Amino acid sequence: MARLLSHVENDSPQGRAALIELYPHTGRAHMIGVTGAPGTGKSSLVNQLALHYRRTEGKRIAIVAVDPSSPFSGGAVLGDRVRMRDLSGDSGVFIRSMASRGSLGGLAQSTAGLAQVFDAAGFDKILIETVGAGQGEVEVARLAHTTLVVEAPGLGDDIQAIKAGILEIADILVVNKADRPGVENTEKALRSMLELAHPVQRTFMHHGLAMSVSSPKEDTLENMWTPPILRTVALDGQGIPELAGWIARHETHLRQSGDWMVRERARLEVELETLVREELMGRFREEIPDNRYEEILERVVQKNLSPWEAVRILMNGRLN
Amino acid sequence: MAERKKRSEADRKIRVLVAKPGLDGHDRGAKVVARALRDAGMEVIYTGLRQTPEMIAEAALQEDVDVVGLSVLSGAHMALTPRVLELLKANGQSHVKVFVGGIVPDEDLGHLKEMGVAGIYGPGASTEDIVREIKLAVTG
Repeated sequence: MARLLSHVENDSPQGRAALIELYPHTGRAHMIGVTGAPGTGKSSLVNQLALHYRRTEGKRIAIVAVDPSSPFSGGAVLGDRVRMRDLSGDSGVFIRSMASRGSLGGLAQSTAGLAQVFDAAGFDKILIETVGAGQGEVEVARLAHTTLVVEAPGLGDDIQAIKAGILEIADILVVNKADRPGVENTEKALRSMLELAHPVQRTFMHHGLAMSVSSPKEDTLENMWTPPILRTVALDGQGIPELAGWIARHETHLRQSGDWMVRERARLEVELETLVREELMGRFREEIPDNRYEEILERVVQKNLSPWEAVRILMNGRLN
Repeated sequence: MAERKKRSEADRKIRVLVAKPGLDGHDRGAKVVARALRDAGMEVIYTGLRQTPEMIAEAALQEDVDVVGLSVLSGAHMALTPRVLELLKANGQSHVKVFVGGIVPDEDLGHLKEMGVAGIYGPGASTEDIVREIKLAVTG
């Protein structure tokens, strides 16, 4: 299993073959994304959630924890396991750390692949913890069915909360470290932001696949998911049962409203697009001789050619 | 150009588990080493303090690492190291190279090597040596 995950992570031929074979067996697990700024307590929260699921429901839990790779050396220190020591010794929990390997957006390129392996292997819940970078990590919302955005008191002012991006992807907002001063302010800021951002979120959830347009507006509003704001203290487990309850409610909502399939479709569309892009890039690399590429690059460096013209020449070279 | 073609080689990263078994709380050395390995392009999974050999072996298995680095300053290396080696083997991970860092008296060095420890580093060891020897041990 662990070896297979490495093959998938490295996108080796064996990894590809395995994903192809496993694909029909995927689609059962509930994928839960956990994102938020560094230091908000994502890892601790994941630890507590997994503990909760193990104790109360006996579900099999996989955790994929992504940490950043160094842009300079390509190396990484992956430290999420430090906060997950309560889970060791339990064969119903599988934790895998991943380095982002240069991809932006909070996940690694092969995070989706790893999640698929866990899904096919029969894990019930897959917790996906993103890199703790901040405002641009929205990719997790495409992969996960339910996205938790974790905030903590004392990080940034009200204006942070109305910036676009990370808060719009939240299905559930968690104010962690709720035993700290300032929790009311954080909560208030999130609440006012939610009121503002709500219609935007609606569009995102449907991802261009306009939901049956004929349905009257009131009806739409009623079926709409309003992200709850929950307080937790991940260190001692306060608020975790409530959080798990809301995650379950969100899953029910997705299945009943049909959003589950809408999200699956949107996710697969993005995945397909990514694969096509990689494949095209690969073919391009094979077909353009190195010296030709180098020569054109040199002309761009010398300002004899603009990058846009260079692309045209390179692409035409491929077609000839 | 090099960058364009090198991707497939770069895809294979050396993965190292850095763990502190036993009860001492001094993890500075472990952190320095973790960072040096990161700077050498490796992916380091850091597990934190007070790990049991069972926890270490479990993490090594789930993370599919190539190398386990144990940092022991408590003097318990002769008890903890063989246990980790045993568990790795029991999990079918005898290919994993184990390195030990910390305070290891000279008379224990030979014993540890016999058990199958790939390298032992005391205070003052250079991180460059550690990086080089890990790379050598993994790539063969």
